[in-house]
Amino acid sequence: MNEDQKQHIITLLESDKRLDGRKPLDYRKPVKVEPGFTSTAEGSAKVTIGETEVMAGVKMEVGTPYPDRPGEGTIICGAELLPLSNPEFESGPPGIQAIELARIVDRGIRESKTIEFKKLCIKEGEQVWLILIDVVTLNDAGNLFDASALAAYAALQNATYPKFDGEKLDYKESSGKKIELTNIPLSVTVCKIGNKFIVDPTTDEEKAIDARLTVATLEDGTLCAMQKGGDVPLTPEDISEMVDIATEKGKELRQALK
Amino acid sequence: MVYKKRKDGRKFDEARKIEAKVGVVKRADGSASFRFGNTWAVAAVYGPRELYPRFLQDPSKGLLRCNYNMMPFSSRGERVRPGGSRRSKEISMVTQKALLPVLNLDEYPNAVVDVFIELPETEAGSRTAGINAASMALADAGLLMKDLVSSVSVGRVDDKIVVDLDYAEESYDDGPVADIPIAILPKSGNVSLLQMDGLVSKDQLKEAVELGKKACAKIYEIQKKALKEKYNVKGDGQ
Repeated sequence: MNEDQKQHIITLLESDKRLDGRKPLDYRKPVKVEPGFTSTAEGSAKVTIGETEVMAGVKMEVGTPYPDRPGEGTIICGAELLPLSNPEFESGPPGIQAIELARIVDRGIRESKTIEFKKLCIKEGEQVWLILIDVVTLNDAGNLFDASALAAYAALQNATYPKFDGEKLDYKESSGKKIELTNIPLSVTVCKIGNKFIVDPTTDEEKAIDARLTVATLEDGTLCAMQKGGDVPLTPEDISEMVDIATEKGKELRQALK
Repeated sequence: MVYKKRKDGRKFDEARKIEAKVGVVKRADGSASFRFGNTWAVAAVYGPRELYPRFLQDPSKGLLRCNYNMMPFSSRGERVRPGGSRRSKEISMVTQKALLPVLNLDEYPNAVVDVFIELPETEAGSRTAGINAASMALADAGLLMKDLVSSVSVGRVDDKIVVDLDYAEESYDDGPVADIPIAILPKSGNVSLLQMDGLVSKDQLKEAVELGKKACAKIYEIQKKALKEKYNVKGDGQ
């Protein structure tokens, strides 16, 4: 992205326009959630936002608890920026971009307390459920943060525990039991370009962004996780406005889960 | 011993349900997906594009790079650890060898053609599904090609020669099993992938390869049809 292209995006935004004709606070269409796209995962969901497509899958394992939390299971989130999904992504171990993505997805779910980790305990100090959530990108046309968080949650909604008899896990049979989820965290990333705010950036817009703030909210408007990115600092006023936008847009995205 | 009936009711020379689609990854230069039942491969092609690091560049021809990768949740068993295994590296290599004969890389000096094969769901036969998807994706990318590549796994379950073994057949334990993934260059009938594990007689191998060729001829038609569907070509497109 050169300065001219960035200036063009800024000039358009002055009159509330974007490269693809959207308004600053419009998501692309469709926003679509398809649960259960693969039979091999305990739970899965594919999310489409415009041309961006991500897949999330849940695998479950029985493991030993952390010594300092003998009565709790946990979740483990991974994210892979597949080189198949963007010509700029390379094969190899996850870079900082993929790690940040995984951690944002993880925190949105973990801190919402939608899963009570105590309920993942099978036998205190010995056996607990580990919920492994993996997000992979299929087509990166921008805004992987929001698409991935949505896919990860939808995959959890879709998941059922495999059969476990106290000793052996049988992945071939589902117990039919769902993971208990007590609320719905939803992540919205608000981006600042010049002095304007936008949501759901395309890959071109992402390159022009000065700062971004990913905000995970619950249905009642409580905030449960945040992450600022980008090189430019935000004013406290910016933050309030971005949080307001994220809360409003979160309500809209929530519809896709129903 | 006798293997009387396939668990899913297929005939011995019948592949699982096949679905093929071209143009499934919009950012890629070419892409396709291919399914054998619950085995699902998505392939994307990027290139020809400049090859880095530069010392790998060959001024006489382009390089074909293939990468086979199972998604972490694509196995019915435990989570697949990301980052590649010995198995996935070997499959990447034999996939590259299977596809190479149909490409004319002399046209792309110093460049690389990258093929990424991802598996969202697997249940036996994933390398063959990957090769089928990849060869369609290469054609979708508009590369110069002499032919497509069609691939299927054939083999022996007890006394029967079968096409497209599923998981139950690969792990059949009431008698000997051989799993033979092959890839065929349909126009010449030549074989560009051949692996086997298990026990067979020479005659059984011969029979299996013949059966595989027939199955690949059907797969070839499905691949061509999927390509034509994307480009709205009617008739044989000649």
